[in-house]
Amino acid sequence: MLKFALAGNPNCGKTTLFNHLTGSTAHVGNWPGVTVDKREGLYKKLDSPVSIVDLPGIYSLSPYTQEEVISRNFILNEKPDCVINIVDVTNFERNLYLTTQLMEIDVPVVVALNMMDMLEKQGDKIDAKLLEQRLGIPVVKISALKSDGLDQLMQVALKATRTVRKGKTVLENCEISHLIKDVTVALDGQDVADPLFHAVKLVENDELEVQMHPNTIKTVEKFKQTYNNDLFGTDLEALVADARYKYITKYYSPALTKNKKGIQVTPSDKIDKVLTSKWLGIPIFLVILFTIFHLTFSENLLYIGSIFNLPKIDDTQLKEGFNKAVLSCFYDGAVYSPGVILFNLMELITGSVFGFITNLIESAGASTAAVGLVDSVFAGIGGVLSFVPQVVFLLLLLSILEDTGYMARVAFILDRIFRKFGVSGRAFIPMVMGFGCSVPAIVNTRTLADERERILTIRTIPFFTCGAKLPILIAIAGAIARLFGSVNADIITYSMYVLGVAVAVVSIIVMRSTTQRGEISPFIMELPTYRAPSAINLARLVWDKTKHYIEKVFTVILASSVLIWFLSNFGWDWKMVEIENSILSSIGKFVQPLFTPLGFGSQLGDNGWVFVVAAVTGLIAKENVVATFGAIAACFIAGFEGTEEGALEVVTMVSKTGITWQGLIAFIAFNMTTIPCFASVAAAKGELGKGKKTTNTIIFWLFTSFLTSTIVYLVLSWWWTSFIVVGLGVVTAIVLREYNKKHPLPPQSSKQLENLSVNGCNSFTCASCRGCHKYKNK
Amino acid sequence: MKKLSDFFVGEIGVIAKVDGEPKIKRRLFDMGVTPGTEVFLRKKAPLGDPLEITIRGYELTLRKAEAERVLTTEVKRNA
Repeated sequence: MLKFALAGNPNCGKTTLFNHLTGSTAHVGNWPGVTVDKREGLYKKLDSPVSIVDLPGIYSLSPYTQEEVISRNFILNEKPDCVINIVDVTNFERNLYLTTQLMEIDVPVVVALNMMDMLEKQGDKIDAKLLEQRLGIPVVKISALKSDGLDQLMQVALKATRTVRKGKTVLENCEISHLIKDVTVALDGQDVADPLFHAVKLVENDELEVQMHPNTIKTVEKFKQTYNNDLFGTDLEALVADARYKYITKYYSPALTKNKKGIQVTPSDKIDKVLTSKWLGIPIFLVILFTIFHLTFSENLLYIGSIFNLPKIDDTQLKEGFNKAVLSCFYDGAVYSPGVILFNLMELITGSVFGFITNLIESAGASTAAVGLVDSVFAGIGGVLSFVPQVVFLLLLLSILEDTGYMARVAFILDRIFRKFGVSGRAFIPMVMGFGCSVPAIVNTRTLADERERILTIRTIPFFTCGAKLPILIAIAGAIARLFGSVNADIITYSMYVLGVAVAVVSIIVMRSTTQRGEISPFIMELPTYRAPSAINLARLVWDKTKHYIEKVFTVILASSVLIWFLSNFGWDWKMVEIENSILSSIGKFVQPLFTPLGFGSQLGDNGWVFVVAAVTGLIAKENVVATFGAIAACFIAGFEGTEEGALEVVTMVSKTGITWQGLIAFIAFNMTTIPCFASVAAAKGELGKGKKTTNTIIFWLFTSFLTSTIVYLVLSWWWTSFIVVGLGVVTAIVLREYNKKHPLPPQSSKQLENLSVNGCNSFTCASCRGCHKYKNK
Repeated sequence: MKKLSDFFVGEIGVIAKVDGEPKIKRRLFDMGVTPGTEVFLRKKAPLGDPLEITIRGYELTLRKAEAERVLTTEVKRNA
């Protein structure tokens, strides 16, 4: 089967093209770095199916970020039959920079000029014929978004596979062209594939190449001893990059005729002026974030209910029945937010369906045990299922931020603040994504170039409360408001989100002054043009996520609910017993004392173990926590029917255990900051690799959650303990500061490397440098 | 020569030289920040740093620390 690779700059429309060609539903956003790994699909409109590989977006084939290495290795090692290079015509020169590197590889390349529709809208014109002539590569105009020219593109690509293409370079007439030629000949003599590409990289002193060709690099070293450029000295890497751009400006840019010269003010710029303005930028961001959460889980939309003092639904003349049930999904003394309405409707549906089935089973004369099992499972999955629309709604709102291009601006606005804490603004994008789901957020940290920053970010992502933790929050906050009165459930929910972010900030600061010391990585990022969110994109996302969560409910959560029912109804002798003597309770009681400082340990008496068990099942998937409450509540109370956002389950737990509200809040804090679900741990392991880094990360999560939860419990129960906590915090801060002052980091990077580079070393760290003989001779 | 980090918002200049740590320099080059190119300081972030520049027809953000390494000539206000 033929294999075509899609290569191009970040945010140039590769994934949109990929989705259109293959009918896939891969996630698309409007910021550089959405795709971080390659993925494959099939294009079926040619005579035989073609495999299409979507590579992560890259600006260059240098070895500085993981995506660049992934793309480069794929093209060099897997030898696709054709590389389709997507060029965003609205960003012409920078996109062609990558093209000049791709064409040095001995592989058929086709250039797809994407976003033609945008270009035409601006009134600009492009001479594809001229460009094709000058590049010596077939050029096709397309619009991935509108599906224009895709079939033609594939035809041209198919034709290209039938030819053998030798690498070509735009560096032929630059100052060091003879050096490139010499190295190419030398490599060709050694039977190295793609000699031209490797030769150019060797000349650039690319660290991957230097390792691969230790002998040939000597030619380059020798050349450098006698060479000195006015502008670049012996920095051939810079010289090569500059030569590429010079060539592009001279020969390729004339193909593009701009309607208006100079710097234009586009509608996108006008929006940007407001959203990132000096005084409004940060307040607008906070308002947007608040609005997202308000729309998702407020039971008093825009506070209309409080402002107009609207009547409760029970005070009206409405009769019990269907109408009232439906109305109460939307309104009860206050208008609900869309998220809550979605939840209520879903709960009404699942409740009715499950109730109907339970009645059916009971009237068929099933045994008590069977009915108990059904109750337990329904309480488990029902509690979670009801949350699916609300969670998907939250994800939808967050992905609108991504789709419009605002997310990249958030990084821009907040970089200064986040740098104070020890990470760049770029790291904040995966963190915000963490509010949706930790898994894609953790995978996305690949776009961060600095290893330490990646570790920090991965570790703190779970503290940005994800959608699956929402049910825990809402259920417990609802129960607290119900039982202890006067507290607004919304306020508890919001403050738990804030607590999560605070824990993230503190742990970043602590890690930056202990295990992850080092300089903050540079922040050089493209800011995409704003665009209206694409309805197809969002619909696709909603569909994908809904499917994902429903699958999870009927696999992981269902299995866990059955298991919990079994463990809480059977003793170690495999006979049915009361829940107090069950396997589950004995396991729970065994670990229970550990949680005493957290407020849900030994002080809870006989049934206190339920909280411990719920937290442990939460390690599989966070939805399990509420599902466990449901399943156990069904064991306590025969014929238990939830749920009112899971609050009734929690109320049952409170009445059975006598937990305090402080303990309940500490319990939320524990679940929010502890080891996230299996899927996230697997994702983190995938990014950090096997071994110490992953183990330490897990230990870190456990430690943080115990500490945070203990502090929350102590401070809420006995206010004066806050002085102790603050005192200890200050002492720790001072100790760390003094220690770090006495043990400064070995002077790193800039200065030292600058000197080296003057002496001819281009590699960016000494540790990875193997080729610099001048340095060794010193 | 004027450093890009010393630009006022709305100023435009031509890049003469890019200095600094090789890794960062390479990144800037890859993004099209090369000698001879026109660079325009579009705005500063709400807290004064990072900067947003227009280069080769697109928007790029970088910190003052990185902009310090970009030296320019012919600086003037964009009409």
